[in-house]
Amino acid sequence: MSSVATPAPVPRRGRRRRRTKLQRRQTRFAWLLLVPALAVVAFVAIYPLGRTVYQSFTDQEFLAGITPTKWVGLDNYHQLIHDTIFRDTVVLTIKFTAITVSIEFLLGLTIALVVNSHFKGRGIMRAIMLVPWAIPTVVAAKMWLWMLDDTYGVINDLFVRTHLISHNQSWIVQHPLVAVSAVDIWKTAPFVALLLLAGMQVIPNDLYEAASVDGANQLQQFWRITLPLLRPAILVALIFRTLDALRVFDVFQVFFGYRLGSQSMAVYNQSVITQDGHVGYGSAVSVAIFLIISLFVVIYVTVVRVSDE
Amino acid sequence: MKHRRLLVLAGVVGVIALIVSLSVAAAAATIGAPKVPNAAAIKKKYGGQKITFVGDSVGNGHVRDAALAKRFTHDTGIQVTVEPHSAASDQAYSQLARAFSEKSSSIDVAMIDVVWPGAFAPYLVNLKPKLGKQSKLHLASIVANDTINGKLVAMPWFGDYGILYYRKDLLKKYHYSAPPKTWADLFTMAKKIQTGERSSNPNFAGFVFQGNAYEGLTCNALEWIASAGGGHIIDNGKVTIDNAKARKILDAFRAQIGKVTPTGVTTYQEDQTEHAFDNGDAAFARNWPYQYGIGATAGSKVKGKFGVTVLPHGASGKPVGTVGGWQLAVSKFSKHPGAAIEFVRYMTSPPVEKFDAITNSNVPTIVSVAKNKAVVKANPYLKPAIASVSRVTRPAKFLGTHYNEASKVVYQGINQILTGSSSSQVLPQIKSKLQQILKSK
Repeated sequence: MSSVATPAPVPRRGRRRRRTKLQRRQTRFAWLLLVPALAVVAFVAIYPLGRTVYQSFTDQEFLAGITPTKWVGLDNYHQLIHDTIFRDTVVLTIKFTAITVSIEFLLGLTIALVVNSHFKGRGIMRAIMLVPWAIPTVVAAKMWLWMLDDTYGVINDLFVRTHLISHNQSWIVQHPLVAVSAVDIWKTAPFVALLLLAGMQVIPNDLYEAASVDGANQLQQFWRITLPLLRPAILVALIFRTLDALRVFDVFQVFFGYRLGSQSMAVYNQSVITQDGHVGYGSAVSVAIFLIISLFVVIYVTVVRVSDE
Repeated sequence: MKHRRLLVLAGVVGVIALIVSLSVAAAAATIGAPKVPNAAAIKKKYGGQKITFVGDSVGNGHVRDAALAKRFTHDTGIQVTVEPHSAASDQAYSQLARAFSEKSSSIDVAMIDVVWPGAFAPYLVNLKPKLGKQSKLHLASIVANDTINGKLVAMPWFGDYGILYYRKDLLKKYHYSAPPKTWADLFTMAKKIQTGERSSNPNFAGFVFQGNAYEGLTCNALEWIASAGGGHIIDNGKVTIDNAKARKILDAFRAQIGKVTPTGVTTYQEDQTEHAFDNGDAAFARNWPYQYGIGATAGSKVKGKFGVTVLPHGASGKPVGTVGGWQLAVSKFSKHPGAAIEFVRYMTSPPVEKFDAITNSNVPTIVSVAKNKAVVKANPYLKPAIASVSRVTRPAKFLGTHYNEASKVVYQGINQILTGSSSSQVLPQIKSKLQQILKSK
């Protein structure tokens, strides 16, 4: 992530004066080559973000033209602090993230260990396990919604027949977090497994052979070789999944619509802008979500740096 | 080898797609769209111009639009491109709002919900000069709804109102001579029928409606409250939703969730309602007239077994039906407003409304069409006893561009009540939020 191509070996301070003409020319050329990439980043990332921040200080409406947009300073942020609906969405989204990411990680690791071992049909197994991940989220959510249906759903039927529950449940109403987490875990555990599997495959086999010669059993090999060497892959998987889970939209939108108490941060944000028509306030919500997600990024990056040293 | 298999597969898919598209085209052709009157004059003036119509996507709607547009193009030489809008009306609203706020000329004619004229009026062409005469054929109340500050910003196209679907065979089986008159009657009857039917069908429910947190719940709740004499959410610019009668009827509905309705009814929209009823799993259902056409077609499990009537009312009230329905409007940013208006003239003319009512069981907004014998025969809910029900409108005219926001407050709150919160706790919250929205307007 941090390996952005550096134009030329960055000279230390004291040696700056000693740079040759050639070096300087090379540096200039390198910057020139970077300009298109930087322009693209500025256009697709910095401009929209800056515009959102700007809009969050205005009272812009979706159907602009009826009322002219005014600068309102921190009004939107004042309102946001007292917005209990938004607070509920933050709590719910973080809960959802904690549940899904931890279970997806454990399940993904298990799946990766299984498909990393040698057995017949391993290739087919690896292909099959990716099927849930390949289905578009909205389609998967619609499918699960039908499976979880309180009257006709296959899940209720299965659970009642096996006496796990005594009567049909309305999962969406009575157990919303369980329902929505189940879909997310089903869909993305294979993705985590794939990332971890990639990490496992770069661990040289010699290490395991040597460990076997030294008399280490499978469990010891897992704790002492697999897990430490898998750490970079684990961190990548966790970062990906956490950020993804924090900005979850599709499953929540399909399952709950705008039901109070069951909105994710992103669903609430979308409803403020397109339903209520408050672009200004919605931008403030966007900025708040951006800051919350950044906080998680900072935590992860710090963890990576600390553990690297 | 692999390539050959792929080619065969592609061929098969292609053939299937061809068959499907041919059969859809054939179906559209057999309905037969009405001729365009005065076509030669229109052709002379506007022939060759191109317009885009953002139209229907629900049920048979798009097939109908395509057939009508094809006929119009054939007769007048005006090229009409039909683009179906999003099936969820709140999303269709955002799409139009975005196009209008960008002053986009990509839309010439758009299909507008009955609660939108106030919000979109500044972006729509005044149709009064050219279509004022034709508008007099339509129901005056809907024309009034589509007239903002003296400007006719949209033409009524087809209407909607909530009606009660009931199982004639089950009423007879449990010795009821008539459908329920009051909500209390409905709950009692639903309970008895449900208890009896459950022994053979564990999925059976007494009553289903639209309880999900979305626009449809605002329509349902308005019917409950208004039919109990509890006002119309906002009356004369004042928020009236928090009153004793409204609290009572809402608490009565909450008490039935999980009893005569499935617990999941708080996630139901029109589709789920129609599905439960037409699958033979419900004794009563509240829905729009379109469900009649689906239930009456061959293959439906309730064909010939169900009837329609007005919705029940509360202890001190009368039956009502929430007004729904769609209008056609011309965008101010259209490059060919003349051609667009001619298209709207054709689409909202008596022959087209008759054609739509018979083929799609949509409610005509033209009084003479609604009384036409062939139309009433195909759509029994148009019988005077049902169609004359008092129609209640959502408070869009007080809210303008803030209607969607206000409706969200209402349906979120009512959904909270249905899922367990007390009305005496939720209604004051809805009231204060609605007052804020009215004030910020």
